Amino acid sequence: MSIRTLKAGPDRDNLDDRGLSETPAQRTSYLRAGNSLRSWFFTTDHKRIALLYLVSVTIFFFVGGTAAALVRIDLLEPNGLILSNEGYNRAFTLHGVIMVWFFLIPSIPNTFGNFLIPIMIGARDMAFPRLNLASWYIYILGGLFTVYVLISGGVDTGWTFYTPLSSMFANGKVVLAATAVFIVGFSSILTGLNFIVTVHKLRCPGMTWGRLPLFVWSHYATALILVLATPVLAITLALIAAERLFGVGIFNPALGGDPLLYQHLFWFYSHPAVYIMILPALGVVSELVAAAARKPVFGYNFVAGCSIAIAAIGFLVWGHHMFVSGQSIYASAVFSFLSLAVAVPSGIKVYNWTATLYKGHIAIDPPFLFAASFIGLFVVGGLTGLILAMLAVDVHVHDTYFVVAHFHYIMVGGTVAAYFGALHYWWPKITGRLYPLIWGRLTALMIFLGFNLTFFPQFILGYLGMPRRYHHYPPEFHVLNVFSSTGASILAVTYLLPFLYLFWSFRYGDAAGPNPWGATGLEWTIPSPPPKHNFESVPTVDGPPYDYPIEREGRHD
Amino acid sequence: MTEQAYVSGPYVDAEQQRAAGLMGMYVFLGSEIMLFGGLFAAALVIRVLYPHEVVEASKALHIWIGAINTAVLLTSSLAVAVAVHAARQGQRRTVVMLFAIAAVLGVAFLAIKAFEYSREYADGVLPGFSDPARFTGNVEHLFMNLYLIATALHALHVTVGVALLSGVATFVGTERLLLPRRSIVVENTGLYWHLVDAIWVFLYPVLYLAR
Amino acid sequence: MSAVQWRLAGVWGALVALLSLTVGASFLLTGAASIVVSLGIAFAKAALIFWFFMQLRGEHGLIRVFAVGASVWLLILFGLASIDYATR
Repeated sequence: MSIRTLKAGPDRDNLDDRGLSETPAQRTSYLRAGNSLRSWFFTTDHKRIALLYLVSVTIFFFVGGTAAALVRIDLLEPNGLILSNEGYNRAFTLHGVIMVWFFLIPSIPNTFGNFLIPIMIGARDMAFPRLNLASWYIYILGGLFTVYVLISGGVDTGWTFYTPLSSMFANGKVVLAATAVFIVGFSSILTGLNFIVTVHKLRCPGMTWGRLPLFVWSHYATALILVLATPVLAITLALIAAERLFGVGIFNPALGGDPLLYQHLFWFYSHPAVYIMILPALGVVSELVAAAARKPVFGYNFVAGCSIAIAAIGFLVWGHHMFVSGQSIYASAVFSFLSLAVAVPSGIKVYNWTATLYKGHIAIDPPFLFAASFIGLFVVGGLTGLILAMLAVDVHVHDTYFVVAHFHYIMVGGTVAAYFGALHYWWPKITGRLYPLIWGRLTALMIFLGFNLTFFPQFILGYLGMPRRYHHYPPEFHVLNVFSSTGASILAVTYLLPFLYLFWSFRYGDAAGPNPWGATGLEWTIPSPPPKHNFESVPTVDGPPYDYPIEREGRHD
Repeated sequence: MTEQAYVSGPYVDAEQQRAAGLMGMYVFLGSEIMLFGGLFAAALVIRVLYPHEVVEASKALHIWIGAINTAVLLTSSLAVAVAVHAARQGQRRTVVMLFAIAAVLGVAFLAIKAFEYSREYADGVLPGFSDPARFTGNVEHLFMNLYLIATALHALHVTVGVALLSGVATFVGTERLLLPRRSIVVENTGLYWHLVDAIWVFLYPVLYLAR
Repeated sequence: MSAVQWRLAGVWGALVALLSLTVGASFLLTGAASIVVSLGIAFAKAALIFWFFMQLRGEHGLIRVFAVGASVWLLILFGLASIDYATR
């Protein structure tokens, strides 16, 4: 009985109590279900696989971040501070390749999605646990290829591998880099497959589609994109490799091929891939906002439906990457219109989060601060996306830092903020420990400030005409670039900060208890950290999601 | 009780496990369709850009060898379809025999395909191998490149399919896979084989029958 | 042979007949007519394979959606890319 009682400090009278290093809930949790390396590397427990991903994507985040640091240091001087032309090309290419495929795409789905989806729907595990583990190994294999590319000289095509640059002119390890991305794509496909079947087949009794947490809805939408888009990338990269090795000519006009076909196929994957990166973040923010406001999400059905709408419409807009490529202007007009349409469901989500916060009992905790900064930065990123979707304006800002700033507002300001928000919100659930909230608040604030200092000047730079992917620039752009690099150094320090206090909490933090935030959802009904099979018996759901007693609380206040 | 023993992992009953397996397979097949979709898009683009040259290049292919190979695959699919039905009835021997027939037909498909490649090699139109190559023009070269990539990728899938059919037949034959309880494994193998067949059903007219 | 086996054999017969038809048509038709007929026959054959061989006739609506979903999704790729190639 005493084992089930949560306590903050060691019980010195009890010889079984090993003190602060282990809470009673931890002792019976998935974290202690086997301590051998084998029990981690051959685990089929979705929670342990999530932690394997957490460690590996974090490593790649810092590898990709190091490449970004090199780029920003180099841009401190108008003539390039430390890198050669070739070295600069390789630095930004590796930054892009690693951040897109080895951090952003797997970041939230493969860590928090893996950990939470089965628990949120009341299941014991994913539908295919062994496939889930295989997916991690495939990810690591792809990662090893990338590391090999990195140490054997790198690749200089940009993350987009555009032909004919990648097929005829680039000197780097294009084939190996394409192979790495090809491999990691299969990891994505298998994860997506697992999510889809899990959500369809393993919901507990009473967990209807209308009661699914919005986190699950957005991951379901993400999984659809993963399964439908990634294979097209796979065949496209295979064709690039064949083009380079054998000169098959499908993208080579000398043989009658069409370089634009490469862009069509690539963006048919890569634009939806943007939504692979942002949709899980939208799901995280829905959870964080509801928990912070202690209110039901405003317009639940619309927020859920908009996830699916974004996934579907996201497939119809890829041509907006090709406005100045020589694509037919009629096609450009169609893609421009459709790109404006995708703003509608995104706008609905932002509106509904705001309405959720309205008159809420907002707790200014780290998860809320991350969610709030997400909303602000996502709006800026989204609205500048509308500017870029305009045919005439795009001619002016195409391939400038305006574009760079736009997608970093979505990817870094959005997804990375949501990733850190998720980490701060579910860390007590994952580890069973509380971290010092003040440090979390500080991190959220510093990331917001550092981010804006880094990327807002890039909007101005781009609008003034500084092209992307050049490291020599006219001296009049010097000041803004120094601002940007200063912001990047703040970001670099702040990204390291959570390491300190989260690791500290892992050993010294207070026991979290099952529900430290007072939030709703099945994951908060079980101990922190969860036991190996999540639930002692299959739970039953009999109420709507986000069922916060807001009216009653309101009267007491 | 024995039924319960075959429920594993996160499932509560055998029906749920079967349904999940079936859905997982269809999702995977969807990703296979998208994989080949990229190649079909390339075929479409080439056809739109060079309608006349593509027709000439297509006429140079061995239409009858392709037709025979289509018939071979369709027949193997029939064997697999009957085998799946037998698996649900628990007819172990029938499943083994029919899967073996289907696998042999799959090997026959590959053999005929290899023969066809050798003819194209002799004609000087097999890209990368024929030396010297005797293409009538750039577009025929391009078309044959696409033909080789698409048919080789398909042949790779046939090879995987043959391995799956043989493997499952062995497991069923040695009773390491018990029927009808685990008939979902036979069904899913069958689904994969049928899809490989269906992809060929589209490759054949797109490559061989462009007129 | 059971009724099921007869039915599957009948489907096989239809598939082979469609194969003969499409080969025959390739000698008679050219241009757009040829494309329409050969792809139409291919879709008919695929439909037979999916419906009878893959047993979709006995499955729930959801599985049917999953089975044809990707093929429908491909039409987005073909359709929107065609806008570019048709008007360039």
